[in-house]
Amino acid sequence: MTSAVTPRLLPRDAAASAVRRPFRRFLAIAGFTLFATMVVSAFLMPLLYMTSTAFKDPNQTSTPGAPLYPATPDTFTFQGEEYPVYQVPTDDGLMAWALIEPHREDSVFIDPADPDAGPITWVGRWRTLEQNWTFGLDTGNFARAWEILDFPRMFFNTFAIAALSTIGAVASAVLVAYGFSRFRFPGRNGLFLLMLATIILPFQVTLIPTYAVFFALGWVGTWLPLIIPHFFANAYNVFLLRQYFLTIPRDLDEAAMIDGAGPFRILRSVIIPQAIPGIVAVSLFHFFWAWNEYFLPLVYLQSAPDLQPLSVGLGRFNALYSAEPTVVQAAALLAMALPVIVFFFAQRAFMRGVVFGGVEK
Amino acid sequence: MATAPGPAAGPLATVAPPRTGRFSGPNGRETATGILFVAPWIIGFVAFSALPMLASLVLSFTDFDPRQADEIRFVGAENYARMLSDPTLIKASAVTLRFALIVVPLSLAFALAVALMVNSTLLAGRNVFRTLFYLPLQIPIVASTVVWIGVLNVSNGWLNLGLGAIGLPAVDWLNSTFWVHPALAIMGLWGIGNMMLIFLAGLQSVPTELYDAARVDGAGVWARFRHVTLPMISPVLFYNLIIVLIATFQYFTQAYVITNGRGDPGGETLFFNLNLFREAFQFYNMGYASALAWVLFVVVLGLTAILFRTAGSWVYQGSGER
Repeated sequence: MTSAVTPRLLPRDAAASAVRRPFRRFLAIAGFTLFATMVVSAFLMPLLYMTSTAFKDPNQTSTPGAPLYPATPDTFTFQGEEYPVYQVPTDDGLMAWALIEPHREDSVFIDPADPDAGPITWVGRWRTLEQNWTFGLDTGNFARAWEILDFPRMFFNTFAIAALSTIGAVASAVLVAYGFSRFRFPGRNGLFLLMLATIILPFQVTLIPTYAVFFALGWVGTWLPLIIPHFFANAYNVFLLRQYFLTIPRDLDEAAMIDGAGPFRILRSVIIPQAIPGIVAVSLFHFFWAWNEYFLPLVYLQSAPDLQPLSVGLGRFNALYSAEPTVVQAAALLAMALPVIVFFFAQRAFMRGVVFGGVEK
Repeated sequence: MATAPGPAAGPLATVAPPRTGRFSGPNGRETATGILFVAPWIIGFVAFSALPMLASLVLSFTDFDPRQADEIRFVGAENYARMLSDPTLIKASAVTLRFALIVVPLSLAFALAVALMVNSTLLAGRNVFRTLFYLPLQIPIVASTVVWIGVLNVSNGWLNLGLGAIGLPAVDWLNSTFWVHPALAIMGLWGIGNMMLIFLAGLQSVPTELYDAARVDGAGVWARFRHVTLPMISPVLFYNLIIVLIATFQYFTQAYVITNGRGDPGGETLFFNLNLFREAFQFYNMGYASALAWVLFVVVLGLTAILFRTAGSWVYQGSGER
C-alpha cells in the first residue's frame, strides 16, 4: 500500500529523484484517494438510491427506460392534445419531437420548438425510441408517507421513549460509575467484572421471565418495559463513564473534600462538570441506540400500534406498502433523518466513544 | 490502547491507586457510600439479569403461557427433548450456522480492509472517509433494511442494474434460497462501523519501528501486513470476532423485516433468534422458548470459551497489559 513512499534511494541520480519524488507521491495520493472515493461511493450507493427513489413519481419506477434520477416524461400540447416527447435520431442529430401519430414502420411527429412547421413523417419504429425526461422532484411520497405512517405521532413516540430511557440510563450510569471509580469497598473488582460480563449475556435468556413479569404487572402494551429497566445502569454506559471519571484528577475531589463537601456534592460540583464530554457521548449513544431499537418495542408494543416508535412503524409500513417503493423509501428517509443529521454534528463524540469503550476492553 | 499507552492503561487493572482510601474517616463509611452509589446497578442486575436468568431456566422445564399463567405445568425435560425432533428448529440452527460462515469472515475482512484503507497515509481526507464508512451504523436498522430491499429488488433495484450494465444476469436476491444469505451478508456490511474503528485503533497502536525494521529486512507490503500488522492487531481481531459472532447468533431485525417474520424463502431466513421470537410471542410457547434461549446462551458461552482457549496460540499477548 505504501510502495510509493518506500525509500529506496539510489545514489546515482539523487537530484532527479528529489524532484520526481514529491510528484510521484502526489500521484499516489491522488490515485489512492480516487480509489477510496469509488469504494465509499459504492458503499453508500443505497443512500443515493433511497433519496432518488423517494423523490420519484410512483409511475417512474415501473417505467422501462426511465432515468435513475427523479424525472417526468416530457409532453407537448398540440391543438389541445397532449403528446409524449421522444428522442428522434435525424440527419440533424437527436431531436426532441412529440409523437402525434404512431405507426409501426413510420410515424408522424411535431417539433415542439417549431410547431408551425407542421407534422414531420419519420421513417422508423417509434417503439425503439427513448422518451425525453426532465429532472423534477416529486414530494408527494413524503406527504403520503407522513400521513399513512402518522409521522408526528411516531416521531413523538420514538423521541419520548428514547429521551426518557436516556435520562434514566445516564443518571444511573453516572452514579454507578462514580461508585466504581472513586470508592473502595470489598468485592468492588469482582462486581465490576460481573458487570462487564453482562455485556455478552444474550438478552434472550432474560427476555421471557421479564416479559412474564411485565405482563403480570399489566405493562405489556405500554412504554414502561422500554424505559424502566434503563434506570438501573447499563454495563456499557457505566464502563465508558468510569473510564472517563478515572481521567479526572483526584486532587479536585480532595480539595472539595477539605472544603467539607460530601460525596454527592463532589459528584455534582467536581466530577459531573469535568465529565461533560463523556456524559454527552454516553447520552448520544444511548439516545440513538434507543431510537434505533427494534426487537423490544416489537415485543412489548405489538398490540399497541399507537404507541409504537418509528422503527416498528416503519417495519409494518414496509410490509403493507412493499408495492410502492417510492413511498417506502420516503418513509425510510424520514425515519433516518434525525439520527444522521445529529451524527454529522456530533460524529467525534460517537466515534471516540466506540474506540474508548471497545478497544480498552 | 490507542489513547493511553503504557502499563497503567489496562482498564481491568482496577487495582486502586493508594490514594483512594482518603475518603473521610472510617473505612466502613467509604464502603457504605460506594455500595450506595453502585446500588442501582446491583438492584438492576438482580432484577433484570440474575433472577430472570434463573427464572427462564425454571420456565424451560414448564409449558408456561403468560396468558394462562395459572395453568403452568412442570414438564420435565420435554422442551429439550422436543428440540431434537423439531424440524423447524433444526433447520433454523443450520441456517444460522451457514449464515455465520458467510457473514463472520466477510464482515471481519471488509472491516479490516476499510480500516487499512482509512489508515493509509496515501489517503487524503481520512477523517471524512472514516465518518462516511461509519455513517450507516447510525441509521436505524429497519430503515437501512428497507433501503436495501429496494436496492436488491430484482427488476428495478440498482444492484441488478449495475450487474446488467456489466453484462451479468439479474439476481432475485431476496427470493432465492441461494442468494438470500449473500444478500443479507452484503447488507450486513453497513454495520461494520464499530469494527472498523476498533481495527483502526489497533492499527494505530502498532509501533512504527516494527514496520521500519521489516522494511530494512526487505519485507514487501504483503509480508509486512502478514508478519507485522496481523499479529500485532490480533487482540482487536479477536475482540471483533467475538462481538460479530455473538451478534450473528442473535441476528433478527433484518430477517424479520425482509419477510415480515415469515422466514422466506424456504425457511432460509428463519434464523435461530427469529424462530425463538415466533415460539415465544406468536405461538406463546414460552416454556419451549425459554429452553431455546438457554441453549443459545450455552452455545454462545461455549463458543466464547473455545475462542478464549485457542486465543493463546494466535492472539498476541502484549508485555504489560492483559
